[in-house]
Amino acid sequence: MLNIHYFASIREALNKQEEHLELPETVSSVGDLIDYLITATPEAASIFNSDRSILIAVNQIVASRANILQPDDEVAFFPPMTGG
Amino acid sequence: MISVQEQDFDLGAEYSLLRESAGDAGAITIFTGLVREIYDQSQTDDSKVNFLYLEHYPGMTEKSLQSIVDQANTKWSLLATRLVHRVGHLSPRDQIVFVGTASAHRQDAFDAAQFIMDYLKNKAPFWKKQGANESAVWIESRDSDEAALLKWD
Repeated sequence: MLNIHYFASIREALNKQEEHLELPETVSSVGDLIDYLITATPEAASIFNSDRSILIAVNQIVASRANILQPDDEVAFFPPMTGG
Repeated sequence: MISVQEQDFDLGAEYSLLRESAGDAGAITIFTGLVREIYDQSQTDDSKVNFLYLEHYPGMTEKSLQSIVDQANTKWSLLATRLVHRVGHLSPRDQIVFVGTASAHRQDAFDAAQFIMDYLKNKAPFWKKQGANESAVWIESRDSDEAALLKWD
């Protein structure tokens, strides 16, 4: 199962911290996953279609939409980091 | 050594720990980041910060911080490093972050501490939410923080 995490403003906008998903047949990359999520819920559509900056991590390493996904990957979506 | 924790840290204890593990160091740089009561982005309405909430990505946070310290170790000759970052609920004037670096000569310790701070502001998965008056907003990343990384290329 894909393990998807959302953080900070993205988590609040989706009202969801985490979700699990069998890798859909149409999804091979992170970009495909985003397209899948956009069609799945209007909340995801409004976030991923907005012009806000969203960063991606796959298995806790910063990634891009082109990253290919494996069925048990951990994927995370979050805004630009503001630590320190 | 890296710690991500809710509790406060003791500057003296952290310094002693670093000094004990630093061997024959000739220089130690320590940096402490604090929560400000007046944050630049909210100065237009003169509101004061009354709380700060720090969210993070457990697991990725530690890996990212370790990677930043590893990079510092390849760029400079360091005898010891110590990094503490707090998460959770903080108040104005609280300590947020501690960076300590030890080296034989001062320039390595100075530069490495600054490098670690510049990188962790942009490259470690922490997010700050700031409360002022009745509202709370997520702090947006600053272009100046991103620009600070360029000097290390």
